[in-house]
Amino acid sequence: MGKLSLITKGIIKENPTFVLVLGMCPTLGTTTSAINGMGMGLATTFVLILSNMVISAIAPLIPSKVKIPSYIVVIAALVTVLQFLMQAYVPALYATLGLFIPLIVVNCIVLGRAEAFACKNSVVDSALDGIGIGLGFTCSLTVIGFVRELLGGLSVFGTKLVEGDGMLAFVLAPGAFLVLGYLMVLFNKAKK
Amino acid sequence: MAKESTFLNMSVTLFAVCLIASAILGGVYAVTKEPIAAAQLAKINGAIGGVVPEFDNAPSDEKFDVEVNGKKSVIYPAKKGGEIVGYAVEASTSNGFGGNITLMVGFNPDGSIVKTSVISHAETPGLGAKITDSESHFVTQFEGKNPADPNFKMIVKKDGGDVDAITASTITSRAFCDAVNNAYLAFCEANKNNVQVEETTPAEEAAEVETTNASEEAQK
Repeated sequence: MGKLSLITKGIIKENPTFVLVLGMCPTLGTTTSAINGMGMGLATTFVLILSNMVISAIAPLIPSKVKIPSYIVVIAALVTVLQFLMQAYVPALYATLGLFIPLIVVNCIVLGRAEAFACKNSVVDSALDGIGIGLGFTCSLTVIGFVRELLGGLSVFGTKLVEGDGMLAFVLAPGAFLVLGYLMVLFNKAKK
Repeated sequence: MAKESTFLNMSVTLFAVCLIASAILGGVYAVTKEPIAAAQLAKINGAIGGVVPEFDNAPSDEKFDVEVNGKKSVIYPAKKGGEIVGYAVEASTSNGFGGNITLMVGFNPDGSIVKTSVISHAETPGLGAKITDSESHFVTQFEGKNPADPNFKMIVKKDGGDVDAITASTITSRAFCDAVNNAYLAFCEANKNNVQVEETTPAEEAAEVETTNASEEAQK
């Protein structure tokens, strides 16, 4: 497998949101606007790349029965580091995403990639896999956020297009499920 | 592939992983502690600057806590040439749609509201999150109003007050009023204790009556 395909497969063939259907909690919770979705996606990407690299490096040393606890400690430590760094250097972004950063620890994508890919592959391949899956996740979240923001708030990336209120349901939880469902159908139709 | 698990190597591995993780966390915490404190201070100072009249002291160095009805608020006195020109009050409420809302409310010495600013909230984007839009009618309608004024009842119109709620965000609007009210109660409490304020305007008398009521309620 070429190095490039490691990245592209995460965006299309194994898109974490629309194909693998992993990490639904942040997908539904954070995509109320395109910019929130994108921020969450990028934060997850950061953790995913680092956790994949660390885990692929230490995997041969970990006895199989304590694999999961060790991976969780690694991921939780990385997320907390990210939280400190964001709080210190990008407080504005932290203010919007702060609530969802700790959720990355329990994001199935991160642990899923650690189990399914990182522990069996080299550090470089794992990093590329992290970039691919992370970008796929970021794109999906941005698109879902974009659609919800457009329909629910009549705005694009925070800029109001038309005055007035859109279909409020799309900003609330039911809208998240609707948009996710329709986009999943469209994505899988287009992929074939 | 992974090694065979024995009791010894499992304990050793988990111990090592946790030890390294905590060492790294401790290190990052130590490095980021000061920038985090500085960022928070900058945010507070920015909020103070936006809600009170011009001042030349450092309100965050003279802050003090006030507790009314079991709710803690922080008061930042703004002074110019030693005279108090206003108070910025950081107050919060837990009645928001998405949890806590923390506001910075600026008061003139007579108790009227200068401006308000949202420090943190978790309201729904596109709905309740409109409270952060400082130009919107909802936010500007508080400016210049005195909560002690009988012609301005600080509850949303739906509940019989004088505040226009944000469309489809009545819970958030109620919580916002609640937080402003908490700030006002804290302001009254602080003003009562503050010896520097000697002249009592009618508004302050009214304010003091309200504080006494509040403290009586607290005693009950």
